[in-house]
Amino acid sequence: MEYKDYYQILGVSRDATQDQIKQAYRKLARKYHPDVSKELDADAKFKDAGEAYEVLKDPEKRAAYDKFGANWREGQHFDPPPNWDAGFEFRGAGYTGGNATGFSDFFESLFGHGHTGRKQQHTFRVKGEDQHAKIIITLQDAYLGAKRTITLNRPEVDRNGHVRTSPHTLHLAIPKGIIEGQRIRLEGQGAPGFGGSPPGDLYLEIAFEEDRFFHAEKRDIHLTLPIAPWEAALGASLTVPTLGGNVQVKIPPKSQGGKKLRLKGKGLSSGSHQGDQIVTLQIVVPEAKTEEQRKLYATMAEKMPFNPRSELGI
Amino acid sequence: MTEQRTYIQGIILNEETRCSLADLCRLCGVNAEMIHDMIEEGIITPEGPSPREWYFTFVAIKRVQTAIRLQHDLRINLAGCALALDLLEELEELRRLSRRN
Repeated sequence: MEYKDYYQILGVSRDATQDQIKQAYRKLARKYHPDVSKELDADAKFKDAGEAYEVLKDPEKRAAYDKFGANWREGQHFDPPPNWDAGFEFRGAGYTGGNATGFSDFFESLFGHGHTGRKQQHTFRVKGEDQHAKIIITLQDAYLGAKRTITLNRPEVDRNGHVRTSPHTLHLAIPKGIIEGQRIRLEGQGAPGFGGSPPGDLYLEIAFEEDRFFHAEKRDIHLTLPIAPWEAALGASLTVPTLGGNVQVKIPPKSQGGKKLRLKGKGLSSGSHQGDQIVTLQIVVPEAKTEEQRKLYATMAEKMPFNPRSELGI
Repeated sequence: MTEQRTYIQGIILNEETRCSLADLCRLCGVNAEMIHDMIEEGIITPEGPSPREWYFTFVAIKRVQTAIRLQHDLRINLAGCALALDLLEELEELRRLSRRN
């Protein structure tokens, strides 16, 4: 197994006081709490900090851990010397609380873990834990609904009572019209229960993959549509992409840049809620590349008296 | 030959998802007393005239679950959880807006 440098994980020196250790842990716990942090590996860092604190906050466990010496590096291959824990009384029963799910093999082989330590595993009936995960889907999948196969890492307790993560593959029907931040609850797909009790539930939170052109705000899909000045001035019938394919849209004459057109029902609609596509017009001015084209602009300047800054009073 | 697969259809927790006090307790693994305390603190607000007829939305399920984790993992009391939840919601909205710009 791999050595875990608990001091390095908490960012404290090996001679840190118990108070310093506590403070360092609390700071990291707040920083990496999965509900608070936006970092992708926040969950792992939060668990690492919890595991490090579980050992270092307990003077006996800390003393036993310190006996391995200061020369080990994080991740280095490590086998504990025989009888390394002679004289210490924490194994198994020493577990003091918190949630040991996902603690490392390193921790478990040294200090045991909650369930086996109490030796009540088989008389005890506990519903499996609920699990939470975020899945990233495309806007197209949300628009149309989709069938997808996803793989999540799920902590599992094996026959020897060790907790390890194993890939859990799910074939999931993504309902049409799901929106960002909504969750899907999958009953019985969480962690297995103990003693014949039912498994927990799995909650999947939906996030959208960034799209180059479209973005979603709740049920509405936004698209910026570049148009030529004459299309804005004279009106036009244009082909506009939507998540459901191209549609024809009439641009009314005298449209200005920034004008928004609403395409009803072209957003993320579910059975009972309608989403629209909001098209924002962006006027793009063509570059005059030839003398003739330059003259066209000059003719416009001459024949179309126009002060775009009149509102500024200049 | 393509493999025959069963795709599981979960329950979407959306605007229409409503649950009773008993459902909320079961879904979040807490007792009714805890839910009452959270209502008192303004973490969630039930709809309906009396506890028997109360119902909660999907937002409440998420807020209760997050509050329980914050309470357990960071030792935050319920008043602190209420504040943290409101700030987290605001932060999420701001992060979403800043991603667009």
